[in-house]
Amino acid sequence: MLQLQILLPAVLNGLATGAVYALVALGLTLIYGVLHIVNFAHGSLLMLALYGVYFLYTLLGIDPYLALPIAVPLMFCLGYALQRSVIATASHGREENILLVTLGLSIIIDNLALYFWTADTRTINPSYAFETVDFGVAFIAVPKAVSFVGALAVTAVLRLLIQRTDLGKAIRALARERRGAELVGIDVDHVYAMSFGIGIACVGAAACLLLPSYYVHPGVGESFVLIAFTIVVLGGMGSFAGALVGGFVIGLTESLGGLFLGENLGRIGVFVIFIAILLFRPTGLFGQRA
Amino acid sequence: MKTPGLLALAVLLALVPLPLLVQSGFWLQFAIFTLYFALLGQSWNLLGGYGGQRSFGHAAFFGTGAYAAAVLQVDLGVNPWLCLGLAGLFGAAAGGFVGALSFRYGLRGSYFALVTLAFAEVFRIVADSVPFTGAGVGLQIPLRQTAANFQFHDKAGFYAVILALTALATAVAWWLENSRFGAELVAVRENEDAARALGIDVNRTKLWAIALSGALAGFAGSFYAQYFLYLDPRLAYGVEVSVTALLVPLIGGAGTVLGPLIGAVALRALNEISSTVTSGAPGLNLVLYGALLIAILAFLPDGLVSLIPRLYRSRLRNA
Amino acid sequence: MSRDRRSVSRRGVLAGAAAVAALGAPAVLRAQTQSVKVGIIHPVTGGVSYSGTQGRAGALMAVEDVNGKGGIKSLGGAKIDALLSDAQSKVDVAVSEIEKYHEAGVSAIVGGYASFICLATTQAAAKHDIPYVVDVGTDDRIVSGGLTNTFRFSPGYGVFVKTAVPALKDINAAAGNPAKTAIIVHEDSAFGTGTAGLLAKELPGIGIEVLEVIKHPTPTLDFNNIVLTIKAKNPDIVIPANYYNEYVILARTMLQQKVRPKAIYSVLGGGASQYRFVKEFPEAAKYIMDCNHWYNPKVPAALELKKRTEAKDLFYTYEVFLNYTAVMLLADALERAASTDRAKITAALASSTWSGHFMPYGPTKFENGQNTGARAVNLQVQDNDIKVILPAEFANAKPVFPMPA
Repeated sequence: MLQLQILLPAVLNGLATGAVYALVALGLTLIYGVLHIVNFAHGSLLMLALYGVYFLYTLLGIDPYLALPIAVPLMFCLGYALQRSVIATASHGREENILLVTLGLSIIIDNLALYFWTADTRTINPSYAFETVDFGVAFIAVPKAVSFVGALAVTAVLRLLIQRTDLGKAIRALARERRGAELVGIDVDHVYAMSFGIGIACVGAAACLLLPSYYVHPGVGESFVLIAFTIVVLGGMGSFAGALVGGFVIGLTESLGGLFLGENLGRIGVFVIFIAILLFRPTGLFGQRA
Repeated sequence: MKTPGLLALAVLLALVPLPLLVQSGFWLQFAIFTLYFALLGQSWNLLGGYGGQRSFGHAAFFGTGAYAAAVLQVDLGVNPWLCLGLAGLFGAAAGGFVGALSFRYGLRGSYFALVTLAFAEVFRIVADSVPFTGAGVGLQIPLRQTAANFQFHDKAGFYAVILALTALATAVAWWLENSRFGAELVAVRENEDAARALGIDVNRTKLWAIALSGALAGFAGSFYAQYFLYLDPRLAYGVEVSVTALLVPLIGGAGTVLGPLIGAVALRALNEISSTVTSGAPGLNLVLYGALLIAILAFLPDGLVSLIPRLYRSRLRNA
Repeated sequence: MSRDRRSVSRRGVLAGAAAVAALGAPAVLRAQTQSVKVGIIHPVTGGVSYSGTQGRAGALMAVEDVNGKGGIKSLGGAKIDALLSDAQSKVDVAVSEIEKYHEAGVSAIVGGYASFICLATTQAAAKHDIPYVVDVGTDDRIVSGGLTNTFRFSPGYGVFVKTAVPALKDINAAAGNPAKTAIIVHEDSAFGTGTAGLLAKELPGIGIEVLEVIKHPTPTLDFNNIVLTIKAKNPDIVIPANYYNEYVILARTMLQQKVRPKAIYSVLGGGASQYRFVKEFPEAAKYIMDCNHWYNPKVPAALELKKRTEAKDLFYTYEVFLNYTAVMLLADALERAASTDRAKITAALASSTWSGHFMPYGPTKFENGQNTGARAVNLQVQDNDIKVILPAEFANAKPVFPMPA
C-alpha cells in the first residue's frame, strides 16, 4: 500500500482537489475577514454555480473552463445582491442572526434546486474527462491537473486585487477598522457587498474548475460547507495564505484518508481536524483574531 | 405569570381524547407528527432558547438515542419501553460529551454552532462504518405489533406516547421558567461574564442544559425508531434532523414554553398546505421553511409567539 | 419526520382508459366495471433513480397490456388503477408512501426496486396486510423475515451467489485455472453487503482467495483510491456488486488507470448487463462478465417487449422486464382471487403456479414468499452485445476468459 506508484497518485489527487477546496475557502475567509459573517450559504451557492456550469455545458455546449468569464461575473452579481438585499436587512446586523439568515438561505437554495432539478446526480462527460497526464511513476487526471493550475491562478489574481487596487485597499481598511474607514468616506454598505460578491465570484470560478472531475446534486452544498469551514478555521479566519495551505492539508487528508481507511471512514479525518482545531487552536495556523 | 406554561399543559391535556373524536387517520397522523416536532423543538429550545447556545448538530443527540433504542432491543433483546428510557440516557450522555469538550474550550456563538455540526457529522460517519449499527445497510426493528413491544397496530397508541413525551418536555420547559436553575441558565445566556461574576458556575450550568436537551432529543429518537422501524446513519444523524430541531423553536419563539408548540403547528401546517399545492414534489416545503425562517428573523425575531402579547412574557426574553 | 405529502399521482389510469377508448368500448360498459387499486412505487428520483424510472416504465407497460386486453375478467373486466409514487431513494419517504397507499385503499402493491427500500416497505405493508410483490430487491432478508404478505418472483442474492460461484469454477477450469485471487467491490447498503458477504464465504471453496473486500457508499463518484488499491494488490479477478452509476465509474477508472485483471466478473453488477453501458462506453464494457437477471431469449414475447421498450427510447434493462413480470404475476393472482380483498389476493399469490412469463425459470412455486423456480443467468459483453454464456440451455455464446490484453 505504501508503494510509490500507489501513494504518489493519491498525493497528487489530494493536492489537486485541495487547490479547488482552497479556492472555495478563499471566498469564505474573505467574507469572514471583512464582514465577520460566517456564511452558511457558501456551499449552496457553490452548488448553484455547479448547476449553472452544468447547464451551460449541456444546453449551450460551453466547456466548463470556457465558462469562467460567464460564471464568475454572474456569481459576483448574485453575491452582491444577496448581501445588500437579504443578509444585511434580515439580520439587522446582529451577528448571531447572520448565521441563521445564511442558514435559511442555504435551505432555500438547496431545496429549490431539489425541486427544479431533482435529486439525480449530474455529471458531464467531456472528452478529456478520463484522460491522464503521466509522470511515469505517477499520473494525474487531466481535469484535476487543470483545476490545480486554475485554482492557483485565481488565487494569484485575488491577491493582486486585494493588494494593488483601490477597492482592495478599501476592503482591507474596512476589515481592519470599520469606524475609521467610514470616516474617510468609504461607502461601507457598498464595499461590504463588493466583498461578499468577490467571495461568491470565487465560488463561481471553483465551480467551473470542479465540474469536469466532480458532480452536482442538490445535497452537494451540504458536504462542501463543512469542508470549507474546516479549511477556513484551520488556516485562520481571514488569512489567504491560511486558506491555501489549509486547502492542501484537507485535500491530502481526504485523499490519503480514503486510501487508508476506505471510502466510508476516510472522510472522518477532515471533521476530526475541524473539531480539534476549534477546541485547541481556534485561531488556526495563520490566524489573526482570537 | 404562570399563564403560558399552564396554558401549554392545558392544551396538551385537552388533546388527550383526540383519537376518540377523530376518525380520520390523516388528522391523527398530523397530530402525531406535530407533537413529534414539538418534542424535538423543545429539546433544542432548552439549550438554544433558554441557554442561548445554538446548536446546529442536535442530530448528534437524537441519533444516539435512536440507535441506542434500536440496537438494545434488536441485538440485546432489551424491552423496548426500557429502551425509551435508556435512549434518553444515551442522548444525555452524547450531550454531555459534546458539551464537555465544547464548553471546556470556551466555544460560543458561531463556533459552537459549527462544532456541533461537525460532531453530528462525525457520529454519522462512524455509524456508517461500524457493524453494530448495520453501517450503511441500516437497522431494521422486526415487526411485532403488540403494546408490550412498543409497536401499535392502531396509531392511537403512538399518539398517546408522543403526547406524553411532549407533555413531559413542556413540563421541563415550564419548570425551567420557574426554577433557580432556569434563572441561572438565562443569566448565562444574557451575559456569561456577569453571570460568572455573580458566582454562577457557568460551565456546569451549560452542561446540565445540554444533557437535559440531549435526553429529550434521545426520547424523540427512540420514538422515531419505533414508529418507522428503520434507521440508517442519514436518518439518525443527518442535517435534516438538526435543521428541524432549530427551526421549530426559532419560528415559534425561542426561550418560551409555547414557542416549540406553536412552531411545530406552523411548520406541519405549512408542510401539508405546500404538499397539496405542489402535489408532493420533493423540496418545496423545505424552501418555505427557509423563507419562513428568514422572514421571522427579519420581522418577528422573537418568533410567532410574540404575536400574542398576553402569552408573551417579557421576563425571560432577550433583552 | 421528513416530507409527508398527501397526494399520489394517478397516471396509470389514463393509460388504461386511453387503451379502452381506442378499442371503442361502449361507455355504459366502462361505467359498470370497478377498478382494482394497485400501488406502484419506485425510486424515480435520488441515488438509484435510473433504475427506478426503468422499473416504473416496465410496470406501466404491463398495466397497459392487462387493461388493454379487457382488464381482470373474473372481476367483470375491472381495470388496474395504478397509483404511482416516488420513493425518492429514501426509506422514510417510501414508508410514508405505503401508509398513504393504505389510506387510499389499495388492494396490492408492486415495486420498491432497491433492497434497502423493499426491506422497509414490505414491512410497512405487512402492518396493514397489503399483499406486496417485490420487483427486484435481491436481499434475501426480504423473504425470510416471516412476512406473509411479501412475494418475490425473481431470485435473491443467495441464488445468484450459488449460481455465480460454480459457474466461475467451470469457466476457470475450462481455461486451465489461471485465476487464483479476487477482490470484491460492493456498495454498502443491503444488497451489496449481503452479496459480498456470501461471495467471500463461497469463493475459497473453489480455490479463489479473496484478497480484499472493499465497500463504498451509493453514490460514490471517485473510484481513484479504490482502483489504486486494486492496482496495488493485483488480483486475477475483480468482482463488483453495486448499482449502475458506480459500476460505470469503477469500470472507466480501471480503464483509465490501466488496471486489467484476467476478468471483471460481477455478481449483480449494476452496469454489467446493461445495454446503456455497452452503448455509451464500449471500451470499458468489453468482455465484462456478469451473473444477473435476464429474460429467456428463446421466447418471442420477451423480444417483443424489448422492441416495444426500445421504441420508447429506453434501454431494455432488467428493471423493465422484472417489473413487467411482477405486475403480470399480480394480474394472474387477481384473476384467480376474483376479488379486491387483500387476504384473498395474498392467498392467490401464495398458491400461484403462473407459467405465462418469459423468464428462464423453473416451475413457479412460492415458499415463504420466494419463487423457488427463479434462476440466475451468466452473461458476457461480446461484439458490443450482451450474450448469455451459461446455462447451456439458454446460451447463445461461449465464455471468453481470460480477457484478451
